[in-house]
Amino acid sequence: MSIKDKVIEIIAEQAVLEPSDVTMESTLEDLGIDSLGLVESIFAIEEAFDITVPFNANEPEQSDFDISSVSSIISGIEKLVAEQTA
Amino acid sequence: MNRVVITGAGTINALGHSVGETLDAMKEGRCGIGELEFRDVDRLAIRIGGQVKGFEADGRFNRQQMTLYDRFTQFTLVAAEEAMAQAGLEFTGELAAKAGVVLGTAGGGVSTWDDNYRAVYEEGKNRVHPFVVPKLMNNAAASHLSMKYNLKGPSFTVSTACASSNHAMAQAFQMVRSGMSKAMVTGGSESMLCFGGVKAWEGLRVMSKEACRPFSANRNGMVQGEGAGVFVFEEYEHAKARGAEILCEVVGYAMSSDASDIVMPSKQGAARAISGALQDAGINADQVGYINAHGTGTAANDKTECAAVADVFGPHADKLMISSTKAMHGHLIGATGAVELLACIMALRDGVVAPTIGYEEFDPECALDVVPNEAREASVDYALSNAFAFGGLNAVMALKRI
Repeated sequence: MSIKDKVIEIIAEQAVLEPSDVTMESTLEDLGIDSLGLVESIFAIEEAFDITVPFNANEPEQSDFDISSVSSIISGIEKLVAEQTA
Repeated sequence: MNRVVITGAGTINALGHSVGETLDAMKEGRCGIGELEFRDVDRLAIRIGGQVKGFEADGRFNRQQMTLYDRFTQFTLVAAEEAMAQAGLEFTGELAAKAGVVLGTAGGGVSTWDDNYRAVYEEGKNRVHPFVVPKLMNNAAASHLSMKYNLKGPSFTVSTACASSNHAMAQAFQMVRSGMSKAMVTGGSESMLCFGGVKAWEGLRVMSKEACRPFSANRNGMVQGEGAGVFVFEEYEHAKARGAEILCEVVGYAMSSDASDIVMPSKQGAARAISGALQDAGINADQVGYINAHGTGTAANDKTECAAVADVFGPHADKLMISSTKAMHGHLIGATGAVELLACIMALRDGVVAPTIGYEEFDPECALDVVPNEAREASVDYALSNAFAFGGLNAVMALKRI
């Protein structure tokens, strides 16, 4: 499974939606994921890819990790996975 | 209803091993937060905290006591010794039969859990010390105080996360005010600064890696502390008759539940606890000179708390002082209200308001007088101490200068 598909699967599970309902443009807010749901999703992503995501719930906009949309989250994860294997 | 006063206070926390040392640090605006030192700290992402340093439990307690005293109990006993010495109350006869201990703690013997799980899971041991249960139980500290000081009345432990101490002290206050007892020992203790304790908090992603900066626009989370605060609450006439030194009067409290979210605070819940405390104390909002804020330094708490204060106090919100001492001693979780009550005593008795240190940038959502960075001399007649816990459980104490 690609990184993209796996991340979408995790986000869909958190949002209680089908993966097909999650688009690249969706925001977490669109999907009904609140701050706790976000923290849980990041945890699931970290476990799935064995990476550490730099995210502080107090300053989401200042974290190095962009959570503004599903697509930005996927690019962030792809970068972290690439850095880890590099 | 009886009047209730505080006739003894004791503490140990990152700022000092006594009330005197702690208040001196608060007056200087000293920061007690630093690098954490304990086993496996290198496996943590969060490595700072308000840890109690220079505390040698082995020299203070004998071998038998050490098998029964978790660090949170040790802190409680140290703080209680100071409070009891100051109060100078001898608990005998009828006084002892009615007097009890109500303490707050969120986690109880966290490091005892941690050490023994490590022994059986990581080290593969198949047996643990026979006293693990009496050492880690949340009521261990309250029980040891009752035994040491002959307190035979109602004793128990309250556990409401970050509001534990305030809930405990509110309960003790109520017991003395109603006449159930002439005196109660109360406060709280917490010691979660061990690998498992901090690892659990890390998961929530609300901890700062750098500093606790309450109300400052660049704040980025809470920093955990540890320690204890213990007080003797005594009926006023009883204290006066024996010529006891009175630190301040406890005049009211209120508790409320947000009934809304397990971690996100609610302005309405906080406001109801604050206004309830004023009502219980029978005072007007404009009589309050100082509020010791819950002020955790998280994005969520600080703006919600400031909005609640603005709602309750109206125009007077801009005149009162509100500071968070957590930037100095860290967030002591279940013990935090007890240690923070000391800042209220300092404001009322000594006329010195503790600062919010680490304050760097104005935040329009926290536009109150947060006493930034430097302590201030002021005459304060009434003070409030806020505590708002995870789970939406709030407790606010109201105190008066005497």
